[in-house]
Amino acid sequence: MSLKIHQDHSRFKQIVRGKIKANLRRYVQKGEMLGKKGKDTISIPIPFIDIPHFKYGHKEQGGVGQGEGEVGQQLSPGAVQPGDGHKAGQGEGDHALEVDVSLDELASILGEELQLPNIERRGKEQVVAQKIKYTGVNTTGPESLRHFKRTFKQALRRQIALGTYDPKMPIIIPTREDRRYRSYRMQNLPETNAVIVYMMDVSGSMGDEQKEIVRIESFWLDTWLRHQYKGLECRYIIHDAVAREVDRETFFHTRESGGTMISSAYKLCRDIIRADYPPGSWNIYPFHFSDGDNWSADDTRHCIEMLKTDILPAVNQFAYGQVESPYGSGQFIKDLRETVGDSENVALSEIADKDAIYQSIRDFLGKGR
Amino acid sequence: MPKSLTPRLAQLKEEIEGYARDFGLDFFETVFELLGYDELNMVASYGGFPNRYPHWRWGMEYEQLSKGYEYGLSKIYELVINNDPCYAYLLESNAEVDQKLVMAHVYGHCDFFKNNFYFQHTNRRMMDEMANHATRVRRWVDKVGIEKVEDFIDRALSLENLIDYHSPYIRRSPDPKRAEQEEKSNERVEGFRVDREYMRGYVNPLEFLESQRKKVEDEKAKKKHFPERPQRDVLLFLLEHAPLEAWEFDVLAILREEAYYFAPQGQTKIMNEGWASYWHSTIMTRKALTADEVIDYADHHSGTLGTRPGALNPYKLGIELYRDIEERWNKGRFGKEWDECDDLKARRAWDKNLGLGREKIFEVRKHYNDVTFIDTFLTPEFALEQKLFVYGFNEKRNSWEILDREFRKVKNKLLSQLTNFGQPIIEVVDGNFENRGELLLAHKHDGQDLKPDYARETLRNLQTVWRRPCNLVTKVENKGVCLRFDGQNQTEKKVEL
Repeated sequence: MSLKIHQDHSRFKQIVRGKIKANLRRYVQKGEMLGKKGKDTISIPIPFIDIPHFKYGHKEQGGVGQGEGEVGQQLSPGAVQPGDGHKAGQGEGDHALEVDVSLDELASILGEELQLPNIERRGKEQVVAQKIKYTGVNTTGPESLRHFKRTFKQALRRQIALGTYDPKMPIIIPTREDRRYRSYRMQNLPETNAVIVYMMDVSGSMGDEQKEIVRIESFWLDTWLRHQYKGLECRYIIHDAVAREVDRETFFHTRESGGTMISSAYKLCRDIIRADYPPGSWNIYPFHFSDGDNWSADDTRHCIEMLKTDILPAVNQFAYGQVESPYGSGQFIKDLRETVGDSENVALSEIADKDAIYQSIRDFLGKGR
Repeated sequence: MPKSLTPRLAQLKEEIEGYARDFGLDFFETVFELLGYDELNMVASYGGFPNRYPHWRWGMEYEQLSKGYEYGLSKIYELVINNDPCYAYLLESNAEVDQKLVMAHVYGHCDFFKNNFYFQHTNRRMMDEMANHATRVRRWVDKVGIEKVEDFIDRALSLENLIDYHSPYIRRSPDPKRAEQEEKSNERVEGFRVDREYMRGYVNPLEFLESQRKKVEDEKAKKKHFPERPQRDVLLFLLEHAPLEAWEFDVLAILREEAYYFAPQGQTKIMNEGWASYWHSTIMTRKALTADEVIDYADHHSGTLGTRPGALNPYKLGIELYRDIEERWNKGRFGKEWDECDDLKARRAWDKNLGLGREKIFEVRKHYNDVTFIDTFLTPEFALEQKLFVYGFNEKRNSWEILDREFRKVKNKLLSQLTNFGQPIIEVVDGNFENRGELLLAHKHDGQDLKPDYARETLRNLQTVWRRPCNLVTKVENKGVCLRFDGQNQTEKKVEL
């Protein structure tokens, strides 16, 4: 159905899109919208979208309320509705308007603003799954798919029409012709598969701020890759001196202490790829975040070896992001730069602080691999 | 597409309309239409009219309403338009008891629209007028482009509240002193004193007199204020004096007209909703309810009238105040004798069996607006009973808290919130400020500062309409400040007030 409002609505959405685009850098840096994520959408606060008027600040104004309570008692937060002007819900008040944007939309805004190239996919689009979709109701079909309610209705209708229905003895007997079955169609889901392997250093030198950076950055990487591939999988590895695979929640919130052996993570990453993701049909993206302080030069050498022989040949792109921390020496990225920096499927990025996330995303995704 | 009522609903309409008439309500013919929820959301986004000029803010409204509905947070039950005939929309999926409640409520609104004094000047053919406005704006869009028009509408809407809410009810006469002054100044152009009549032509030759007269006139023109008196209707002032292109003039005039049309609804929110609630409650409980509907009715009625500590519910305040008035006039609790009675016991038992209540509230709904309604009828007993309080923001604790329950303060706060819609009063003081064609506005400061970021943005919008620098004199933290935007820069300087 087409309503007249849809024109105005899409114009509004267009404006919102423009605002997001204009303020993207701020959103990326602050990560203030993270955590308000729904399944497919994210709610984003949009400042300055409402039309300004000469008016009083609400805090200045206060107001009259109704109800129990002693003088001096606090009102529960959220109880006070800002600016009850002549119309409710006009986006008035001190709060920025929150707008739901689909992640897909957000990714395409990100792509446009950062001028990210679309990724060249590896592997053929192959049929990986068949999905059953119920499309209608039919008069024939297997008994297991019998639509009880429709069948009953049909029988009832017939009996009423024939005059054999007796309200006092409401017995309905469906005949063969009354039966209704769900009908379905098989749908092929063409899919290119992709997997992100996140690796993070959780040794003592990675503080909360560093993790926050990783969290924000991985949200954007995730959003972009999801936009490029349907059916993206994610694996999470944390490591200090030893590596282990964890779930998403643990990945972002664990803090360990102790030394750092990066090779342990690469080894686990290699094993995961070997076991589950044959490079021929999977697009593989390992991302590693660390403060660049490895245990020994020996271990670093071991890492580079593994990268060269096992990981790099198998993946679309290997990305290493070095988060600056007051404790780390930051040596690791230099070592990588010297040894594998020239490989075209390696992306290296130094992230000094939250402001640098924006550039770093571009470093990682700018190659279109 | 709006549907007309189902036979069953048409029958209910007849029934409810009959009750409404029996109770003495007096309304325009009322046309009910059925809408699906997204259509209802659409019409609501357009402010009740199915046909408005194109603008993104309707889309924004729609987004919020649909989201609210989809998440089950809010639902619009009814929409009613001040028009002759009155249009009202019902949500198709509502249960029958809700439809009855809404119909009864709607007849309350219709009666109010038709009879309340503040609606007397509104256009009763607004349905058509709005559609005409939409056509006119669309035509301009075709001619000059959507970006330009939309941009201008954004700016004009930003000034939308700068109208004189009382102007439809006032006929301003020219200042009587002005004529006198003009008389005086005309006398003065006589040249030097002449003792001998035959010398006149030599002492004051014609050219000299002429040049003197011109000088005086020039001075007068300079002195003559423009506008003569501070003008509250800033939009009108802009229409008359800003260098607008034809399409800009037309669009601004349209927005101004719509602002005036909606103004009385803002001025009578409490009264109007209270009146409609009073009548749906009266009609439903006395006449229309069937036994099996009681629970649902009670549920929805209490939902409409529910209160939360931080927000005043106009439905609740309105209906309670009408009931209070009705009771007081039924029992004769008014007048000198009542006011002078200090004996609490006597006051509580006061009942003269006058039975004037119903008549009184009909009179009230005719002559009052929210400000005068509260001012006249909010009594200390009522404020106490309704548990009214003043709240404010405590910066130290970073939260809202109850400040006071004292009657005077509650009433004053409420009145100041309602005066001029709770909007700042801003006037054009000078359209030729500093003799440079600049615009000078003054904010009549009443103890509250303007929201600074909004004020600056609005001034910026004003400048693009006026085209010359714009100034606004206001107070910030009790010091006079003049905000200025000259087309490029925002400046702020201190001024003595």
